[in-house]
Amino acid sequence: MPLESLGPWLAMIGFGAYHGFNPAMGWLFALSLGLQQKSSRAIWSALVPIAAGHAASVGIVAGLVYAGAHLVPLRPLRIGTACLLLAFGVYKLLNYYRHPRWVGMKVSLGDLFGWSFLMATAHGAGLMVAPALVGVTHGHGSHGMHLTPGPSLLFAVSLHTLVMLVVMGLIAWIVYRKFSLAVLRNHWINFDLIWAVALLVVGGVALIIAI
Amino acid sequence: MALWKPDPSFYPSPRMAMEAPPERLGYVATLNSRLQDRPDSISVVDLDPQSPSYSRIIHTLDMPYVGDELHHFGWNACSSALCPYAPHPHLERRYLVVPGLRSSRIYIIDTKPDPRQPNISKIIEAPEVFARSGYSRLHTVHCGPEAIYLSALGSGSDGEGPGGILMLDHFNFNVLGPWEIDRGAQKLSYDFWWHLAQDTMITSEWGRPSQFENGLVLDDLLASKYGHSLHFWDLRRRRNMQTIDLGEEYQLVFELRPAHEPNKSYGFAGVVLNLKDLSSSIWVWHQDGEKWAVTKVLDIPAQPAAAEDLPAPLQAFKAVPPFVTDIDLSLDDRFLYVSCWGTGELHQYDVTDPFHPKLTGKVNVGGIVARQGHPKSGGPLQGGPQMVEISRDGRRIYFTNSLYSRVDDQFYPPDMAGWMVKAVADPAGGLRLDPDFYVDFGLSLPHQVRLEGGDSSTDTFCYAS
Repeated sequence: MPLESLGPWLAMIGFGAYHGFNPAMGWLFALSLGLQQKSSRAIWSALVPIAAGHAASVGIVAGLVYAGAHLVPLRPLRIGTACLLLAFGVYKLLNYYRHPRWVGMKVSLGDLFGWSFLMATAHGAGLMVAPALVGVTHGHGSHGMHLTPGPSLLFAVSLHTLVMLVVMGLIAWIVYRKFSLAVLRNHWINFDLIWAVALLVVGGVALIIAI
Repeated sequence: MALWKPDPSFYPSPRMAMEAPPERLGYVATLNSRLQDRPDSISVVDLDPQSPSYSRIIHTLDMPYVGDELHHFGWNACSSALCPYAPHPHLERRYLVVPGLRSSRIYIIDTKPDPRQPNISKIIEAPEVFARSGYSRLHTVHCGPEAIYLSALGSGSDGEGPGGILMLDHFNFNVLGPWEIDRGAQKLSYDFWWHLAQDTMITSEWGRPSQFENGLVLDDLLASKYGHSLHFWDLRRRRNMQTIDLGEEYQLVFELRPAHEPNKSYGFAGVVLNLKDLSSSIWVWHQDGEKWAVTKVLDIPAQPAAAEDLPAPLQAFKAVPPFVTDIDLSLDDRFLYVSCWGTGELHQYDVTDPFHPKLTGKVNVGGIVARQGHPKSGGPLQGGPQMVEISRDGRRIYFTNSLYSRVDDQFYPPDMAGWMVKAVADPAGGLRLDPDFYVDFGLSLPHQVRLEGGDSSTDTFCYAS
């Protein structure tokens, strides 16, 4: 498969790992619940609804991409998506330290789903992967991928979420089992700032590719 | 404004916070109500035994206005910034949020450029606090994961409405508004704290502003008109879930000290006065199934005294009440320190079993009758142990002697000197005064102490040790 059609899929996998790595996206919450209940199982049972909430948020963007792909030609869709991402990136850069005001640690599975959905949406997790999703819808056809846009998008969101879940689980489990909580003091770099910059970089690259 | 790595004074768990380096500076709310036209101030005290200015006030930051009645205060951010549901790990513990209990003004004091010489970086005036929240008479400050919370003792145009909680924005200190959605039976307010991991806030009760701003109203006290309940709130839904009345003979429910370890769900409350015998008491709140319950675990009796040794309000009783007006819990949840402002004693209890406190240490300074001096004071002292603060490692205990301007005047002579002293705790239990640490505040009156980098009544932790 040529790089042109492989690229968006690799991007979806890479973003999955990146979103999973971000402490504010879920693994830290799952870890704290595990410590609170003194159970590594609690970590995994928290991560599943967290991943589902994330998938729902990204899924909404995928739905919009699907609709866009039917309504707008490829080039304007790509440019539009990239511009939207850049605009959101600028907004996040100015407010990168702000989060939705969630309160509560006694959470049900539904709460965790809602929390994760809120965090992913507010931070623009779906928007970050939108250019890749546009690529996924147009990567099929003559290049040998035989999926239509709908199933392609569904598969892309699932793949992204699965990678995210695995990365979140690995990090939470390693910190729980192997490292002390000192990791949080010494190695928690300013992910909020990196995230805002990442939105801008992805938007910029997408714009260059589109033009 | 934000950092690349988390503020080094943030700790995920209380056990890790106990390994923090010793504090070198203390910030002390200092009341100057007896000095003509002198504003209140924040005193910076040198706490480093190696320093030549150890045990001295090295800087005084005067407020720009007279008559604030500085009382309690707190840090803008603390270890709760690491909490996983709303992490803001790159905030700085930098600003002291200092409300005026009488003025309802809030000072934001910056300790960053030079921690030894802090400066005022923002003032939120009382009308703004009132316009945005409806509250006045601001008291306790706690740094939450997603906002700064303050308690207020009054609301409404005359301040006599129900007290409650308001919130400030973490980043720009704007008043966000009142916190509670449904206050239930709660009207009186005083202290608050929380079990973040249980989504529970606890609030206590003093009285309405008119019941303390001119001193305690003794008729109200004898008629049980001051606070005698604890309130348990759903922190998430901002609703009062449960009010527990301790009994109307118990007057003035003051300081609240929840266990620091996030998977423990109990804490301690101090009650100043039992009308039946003038004793003070310590209560434990704990979970009882889905509900909260409160159990009295300690009575501290009044001590007999001759009427001529007592101030007017106490002469008829021929006893000096302990007046437990502050308590503080070490970060390992092992030792509870109890200030007996009336008898001039600081008690140390081993509360490993919270239901059975064991007295393990005691120091005597001041007291209405005892007037016990300090090795460095050169004579008897007035006032007694009041606001108490424990270093994060649990080794050093600092305390000051003023309760509240007008209440000081009711029970101690008008020439009572202000002082701050330090006790040293034995990790196995036991307490002794540091003979070298005595800060003379003269006619100024020191109240709450906050320690550089955090202390045992500031931070909340979200990760079990």
